[in-house]
Amino acid sequence: MSTDKTSTSLEKTPGETPGGKIPAPVDAPAAADGAVTAVDPRLLVREQGFAGYLSEFKRKIRAGDLGSLPVIIGLLIICVVFQSLNSNFLSAENLSNISVAMVGTGMIAVGIVFVLLLGEIDLSVGSVSGVSGAIVAVLSVTHGLNEWLAVVVAIVSGAAIGAIHGFFFARVGAPAFAVTLAGLLFWLGFMLQILGDNGTINLDPDGVVGKLTTHYFSDVAAAYGLALVAVVVFFLTSFLENRRREAAGVPSRPVSEIVLRTAVLAIVAFAAAIMFNQYKGLPLALVVFLLVLVATDFVLRRTTYGRKVFALGGSVEASRRAGINVTLIRVSVYSIAGTFAAIGGLFMASKIAAANQGAGTGDLLMNAIAAAVIGGTSLFGGRGRTWNALLGVMVITSIQYGLALEGIATPIQYMITGGVLLATVVIDSVTRKTQKTAGRA
Amino acid sequence: MVHVTATPVLALRGVSKRFGAVQALTDVELEVHSGEVVALVGDNGAGKSTLVKTIAGVHPIDDGVIEWEGSPVSIGRPHDAQNLGIATVYQDLALCDNIDVVGNLYLGRELRSWGVLNEVEMERRSRELLTTLSIRIPSVRIPIASLSGGQRQTVAIARSMLGDPKLVILDEPTAALGVEQTAQVLDLVERLRERGLAVLLISHNMADVKAVADKVAVLRLGSNNGVFDVASTSQEEIIAAITGATDNAVTRRASRTVEVQK
Repeated sequence: MSTDKTSTSLEKTPGETPGGKIPAPVDAPAAADGAVTAVDPRLLVREQGFAGYLSEFKRKIRAGDLGSLPVIIGLLIICVVFQSLNSNFLSAENLSNISVAMVGTGMIAVGIVFVLLLGEIDLSVGSVSGVSGAIVAVLSVTHGLNEWLAVVVAIVSGAAIGAIHGFFFARVGAPAFAVTLAGLLFWLGFMLQILGDNGTINLDPDGVVGKLTTHYFSDVAAAYGLALVAVVVFFLTSFLENRRREAAGVPSRPVSEIVLRTAVLAIVAFAAAIMFNQYKGLPLALVVFLLVLVATDFVLRRTTYGRKVFALGGSVEASRRAGINVTLIRVSVYSIAGTFAAIGGLFMASKIAAANQGAGTGDLLMNAIAAAVIGGTSLFGGRGRTWNALLGVMVITSIQYGLALEGIATPIQYMITGGVLLATVVIDSVTRKTQKTAGRA
Repeated sequence: MVHVTATPVLALRGVSKRFGAVQALTDVELEVHSGEVVALVGDNGAGKSTLVKTIAGVHPIDDGVIEWEGSPVSIGRPHDAQNLGIATVYQDLALCDNIDVVGNLYLGRELRSWGVLNEVEMERRSRELLTTLSIRIPSVRIPIASLSGGQRQTVAIARSMLGDPKLVILDEPTAALGVEQTAQVLDLVERLRERGLAVLLISHNMADVKAVADKVAVLRLGSNNGVFDVASTSQEEIIAAITGATDNAVTRRASRTVEVQK
């Protein structure tokens, strides 16, 4: 390469002499040689074995690529602190209750992750979740509609409401903050309106919605089976992906790394399964949540649609030039946020087996946004995954349950959650800065 | 010098463009052959950007003819230009910071198998493309944010190569780059020429122009002010054509500096 360059510059030298002062081409070969030394860092990692992974890890930390590390450390701290305060915190019953209680907020947070990936915000999700619960209650209890159908209507309504917000933001060009703030008020009023004077409509605890948070697969085989399926599927997909990479001649992970990752997953999955089986069994709500997380993660990472969402979060102009329909993607993302808000609303309604005037208000919206951010989704757009919603909502719900076990009142609980959220956005902002400086280095 | 074909890949014949009362381009003539780097230079407001945008299909022309490989074509939309085989790399890079190199190269034209992104194939082809262009970046799987300005520019140019174009238009590719990074980009421009592509390079930097261009087309106040052979033309002559005078403050200054250096 440098030889080519030298010959060209030699060839051109006569032409340059009249001009006199053009040093650039002469410097060029040296520059090109310097660039050759850059090597794919992953290749280095593979050659160095375990030590290589350690240095790769250190490099990532220094570059501000923390990923889920802060939140996992946070979870460990929460467990240690609350367990030392009250030995019931890590009991099967408490953990099982946490894992069911977190699903409603978690579902809403999944939709928030999509919106945050665009670098936008949706303030209406709390109210939309309330509307969803109210629609199911009014249609199935007051009007006697089939409950399955009522659930479908509620979810479709959520999607439509989100699409309306998206339309005003993406097509009309109003700021998303203002549009969804208006939505927050409007849909709150709408929910109160359709609930009517009565204010509270009790749901059938054995109905579709009622069962969402009360059904447990009590057969021990269910929890173990799900854990086994998760581990096997994870291993096979990683392994086959690696085989394809090797066949195509692109860098692949060593098998030992896949085995290690699978082992970690297996430990977590089976520990959770053992824990659930000590109480009532595998909760249906958690199964639904995990399926949603797997599906949304797949959409975001493995499909063109997901790639477009990330691209929009990175640079709107670049996306437009690449031929991405910016308006369509934005509307669809808000529609997804509305859909998951509606689904979350069903779980919230299921927990109290009723639709009431308090649904979707209070700290629900803030907890959902906080969960997405605490889990590691960047507020600046373009960074995050839906699994963040799981980690974040685990943190928030654990704090709630831990403090409740201690008998500590709601005010303290709000303050602690607020502090955790602040810490998270500080970490987000600082790592973003570090990434910029590391990127330019 | 690389072999140059008889029929130009792109030829502009008497192209004119008006914006309201402003005559941006008047009877502009331009020819670009395969395997040739043509630099388009001119002062601010000379019409360089407008000319590029007419070729790229952003602004349709008012008068004149655009010939593609010898036959007249109409370019009304950016899409038309892309279909002909014209790739434009704009000054402000159209890359997403948060997505890795492979994702950026294939943004908007991802390879899929059964509806799922075919990451392996995209990565393989990206590595292949970057290798053939001798582009050195640490890894094709790191986000654009962690690349230097020059590396980003080379990725942007490589991205334009995916459509298999015949003409690549580079708008100020070295404007914001340091010496070493500029060298990387100029290397890449030469490699495009070696692969037989026609390159239209817009630049303010005379050193860059002299380093890689074969011909220099000068625009002044929206019309042609000469096409020069780089090898046989002095920098003063080109600057004179740009400023529109053979004797003025700039040329006097330039000749003075040369004398001082001698």
